[in-house]
Amino acid sequence: MSTGAWIAAAAVVVTVAVGLWRLATDGRFRVAAAPAPQEPADAAPPAVPPGAELVASVGGALGGRATLLQFSSAFCAPCRATRRVLGEVADLVDGVTHVEVDAEQHPDATRTFGILRTPTTVVLDPSGAEVTRAAGAPSRDQVLAAVARVGSHDADGTLNK
Amino acid sequence: MTTTATPGTTPGTRTTSAAPAPPGAIDPRAPQLAAAVTSVVLVAVLLLPPPAALALLAAQAVLFGLGAVRGVTATPYAWLFRTLVRPRLAPPAEWEAPEPPRFAQGVGFAFAVVGLAAMLAGATVVGQVAVGAALVAALLNAGFGLCLGCELYLLLRRATARRIAT
Repeated sequence: MSTGAWIAAAAVVVTVAVGLWRLATDGRFRVAAAPAPQEPADAAPPAVPPGAELVASVGGALGGRATLLQFSSAFCAPCRATRRVLGEVADLVDGVTHVEVDAEQHPDATRTFGILRTPTTVVLDPSGAEVTRAAGAPSRDQVLAAVARVGSHDADGTLNK
Repeated sequence: MTTTATPGTTPGTRTTSAAPAPPGAIDPRAPQLAAAVTSVVLVAVLLLPPPAALALLAAQAVLFGLGAVRGVTATPYAWLFRTLVRPRLAPPAEWEAPEPPRFAQGVGFAFAVVGLAAMLAGATVVGQVAVGAALVAALLNAGFGLCLGCELYLLLRRATARRIAT
């Protein structure tokens, strides 16, 4: 087989691997809360969670139950579908708001949150702290399940508000 | 409540499946077909002997450039979709903004130019690896509807923002 043929075969293998990995992980909300590089667990939480700060800076309001914070960019096709799905959930569930920010216009927040892809949906609790997140377009059921998790997080007493 | 801080998008204008095409929006299957044809061309570039491979890659580079400069609807692949494929399909469930695939065409153009330059300089394998990378992106788009070039955009912006900040 020629070098070109080997490269073509390798490209097909890489494509299938990346494609299947993306199909499996897109829109899936992580069980563990996102990387928290900010402070050790026993340190006092920051006065204002970065999520609360960001939502306020774009003129949005935190939901009484949960906030769906969507990071988008101009060059992002699945952001559209995500906007529609999150909007639907916000309309459907009381106390849930949807706030969309342009990742490019908020480079600091994008770095604080460690956003590598758009769309990324970050689910915030009523205080604006991150509960879970998903990269890629989530389905409505995935978002509803993630919102339900905010409630259980609250009941656990892990939230001091 | 929905708050949108993305310029150029209007909150509340959500496309539903039966809606007519919003102005400027494209059928997402058009770039997918273009990616499929592009994949075939790029595989041919990898399999054919040098003169034919160079000519094909140069032609594909022109098409990438056309898509990036004039927009994805200006390419012959888009014309092929409009005249031969689209009439046979039901309307799409979702419309898509033309900017993401257009940006990705620019990324494809960059890879094609690197591939061409390397092949012309005699570094055939380097050129073929560049073509292989473009092939992965095209296959992902055609087979899975994923747009790697579009995702690259945010990473590029993050990297450049950091460079300016530090």
